[in-house]
Amino acid sequence: MILLIQGGLVVDPAQNLDAPRDLLIDDGKIAALEAPGTIPADGRRVIAAQNLVVTPGLIDMHVHLREPGEEYKETILTGTRAAVAGGFTAVAAMPNTYPVNDNTSVTRFILEAARAAGLARVYPVGAISMGSLGQKLSEYGDQKEAGVVALSDDGRPVMNPLLMRRALEYARTFNLPLIAHEEDLDLGGHGAMHEGRVSLELGLRGIPSAAEESMIFRDLALLQLTGGRLHIAHVSAFGSIALIRTAKAAGLTVTAETAPHYFSLTDEAVYGYDTNAKVKPPLRTAEDVAAIKEALRDGTLDVIACDHAPHTSLEKDVEFEEAAFGLIGLETSLGLSLKLVHDGFLSLSQLVAKMSTNPARILGIPGGTLATGAVADVTLMDLNRTWQVDASTFASKSRNCPFHGWTLRGKAVMTIVEGRVVWEEK
Amino acid sequence: MEFRRKDLLGIAELAPEEIRHILDTAASLKEISARPIKKVPTLRGKTVVTVFYEPSTRTRMSFEIAAKRLSADTLNLTVAASSAVKGETLSDTAYNLEAMQPDPLVIRHPASGAPHYLARRLKCGVINAGDGLHEHPTQALLDLLTVEEAKGKLSGLKVAIIGDIAHSRVARSDIQAFAKMGSQVTVAGPATMLPPYLESLGARVTCSLEEAVVGADVIMMLRLQLERMGQMFLSTLREYSRYFGLAPQHLELAQPDVIIMHPGPLNRGVEISPEVADGVHSVILEQVTNGVAVRMAMLYLLIGGEKA
Repeated sequence: MILLIQGGLVVDPAQNLDAPRDLLIDDGKIAALEAPGTIPADGRRVIAAQNLVVTPGLIDMHVHLREPGEEYKETILTGTRAAVAGGFTAVAAMPNTYPVNDNTSVTRFILEAARAAGLARVYPVGAISMGSLGQKLSEYGDQKEAGVVALSDDGRPVMNPLLMRRALEYARTFNLPLIAHEEDLDLGGHGAMHEGRVSLELGLRGIPSAAEESMIFRDLALLQLTGGRLHIAHVSAFGSIALIRTAKAAGLTVTAETAPHYFSLTDEAVYGYDTNAKVKPPLRTAEDVAAIKEALRDGTLDVIACDHAPHTSLEKDVEFEEAAFGLIGLETSLGLSLKLVHDGFLSLSQLVAKMSTNPARILGIPGGTLATGAVADVTLMDLNRTWQVDASTFASKSRNCPFHGWTLRGKAVMTIVEGRVVWEEK
Repeated sequence: MEFRRKDLLGIAELAPEEIRHILDTAASLKEISARPIKKVPTLRGKTVVTVFYEPSTRTRMSFEIAAKRLSADTLNLTVAASSAVKGETLSDTAYNLEAMQPDPLVIRHPASGAPHYLARRLKCGVINAGDGLHEHPTQALLDLLTVEEAKGKLSGLKVAIIGDIAHSRVARSDIQAFAKMGSQVTVAGPATMLPPYLESLGARVTCSLEEAVVGADVIMMLRLQLERMGQMFLSTLREYSRYFGLAPQHLELAQPDVIIMHPGPLNRGVEISPEVADGVHSVILEQVTNGVAVRMAMLYLLIGGEKA
């Protein structure tokens, strides 16, 4: 199919472009990118984008699709439906499924299910250790050949520093980035929320910021020793920012992400024992939120990824301490992140870099740009559309969203993957 | 004043006037327990259901006696005999109990916030009889009543609370209760058991028992949960007792008419020496007596009186 997207404001940080352009898509590729009005319509399907922003397809490099094993929470089909409805053309799927994705069979299954769904691209992330048990390295070479783009024991941090060292070295052998969930389980293991004033008031055991900071420090020290590429997942704490900033200044090959809830909410969201605000790492304080925003602005944080973590009422409609950690984000991530643009914290170009260009570069995957010849993964968004978050209408199977009822400004209106319109707003 | 709440969940949400009203009600109901026939018909036809997911002798019995003295029917569900061991969720258990139309449900649960979880879902009233590390509001109310009886006032008193503040729902409720009624609260314990931000609840914080008890009108000792020994909060019981156990010489630092309190059960020789526990300053058994009065007051205010 040939598509002509006319007159939109094209924001493509990879080309340093932020100007109105016509975009011609042919055979799943970007065929031309020209000044408005210079590409003739010639009977092609024309998409009028005069009031819209056109960006390289958004990529969320940290989601949980729950299939195989927990299909009652989410499937690859429903998870990619949620992705495209949120403007995402690609997602990286974390390996904590049942069974754990530590082998080529699970990777092939995920890729096949994603192909059958035909919506967003799904990039499997393989496990660092067999079964994510933190004891033995999994087969990185085999997994890469089968299609994994990174390695992570997300949710089950590697506590043994020797194993982490070997993982960094072995991943370097196959040029795979390691995505680290930074949490010292001995320090924070029994906690249910951030340790601070609110945890004291609510009588909930806390997870101190030091549980994240000390593990980041350990992994940066190991990275210095081993080389390779380390990507730090879902940074939440003030002190973590300074560590990452210093490591980057020293030239370490480290990148880092945060999630919209870490710059949109504080631990006060837990008042009333709201289990949708129970997440790891935990929601922290206003001081942490300010540091996260500043780190997004100055580039210390490279990526915004939502850590989409579907759970049902079985895991969430229970006592707070019994509830599972995690919240869903694919359908609110862009709207929450655009607030940073509307509030003047980030330029639109910076935001697109963090939600598309940088994740593509870190994972070494197609997309992240609208340059001629690139894959035609494109997101069209209306920056000024005001809408109310209604979790009951989500494409995701789960409803564990702490933003239900919020009014957001800006959302995706069309999602194009490899030249096909896979979702558009009715 | 009318008491308009459906539930009693914690001291945190009570205004000082509400606390005053509860204490006055408790004081007026207390004499019932001193009569030869300790029963009034006030709550006849009401049903008080206690659901305890943690062991308790004192609190459960205290609620039961309080309900019976007001002529309510009582029914006790304890965890060993309940469906929890069969895997039923808390909300399913609660809905099933509610279907039998209790008046209030009195709940003790190891998860902080469990009573709040039920209160949001159930039409019947919920009384928190202790939730996790969070609150134990009726304990704080009976402590206030005991102090007020002994001292004739609450405002301006110096109250020292000593021990494992971090894991104590009694401490969280007491700190807020005494602070709201105008007392000056100091907490003391080893730093492993003093969580940060205690000042935000209205307490002064120190690691020295001696410093905390200087000039104190009230000394409240907390029970040391012995399982904390295995969790790296303490070195040895001997050392804990030496630095944080209340002994006769400490009373010389306090006001001459200081009263000694403890929510029970006591670890004699650990946090409190037998001489102090049984000495003339101790009001530990008055606390138990007042527990019945305060729980009668709560039941009356929530399900009796104007709402009958």
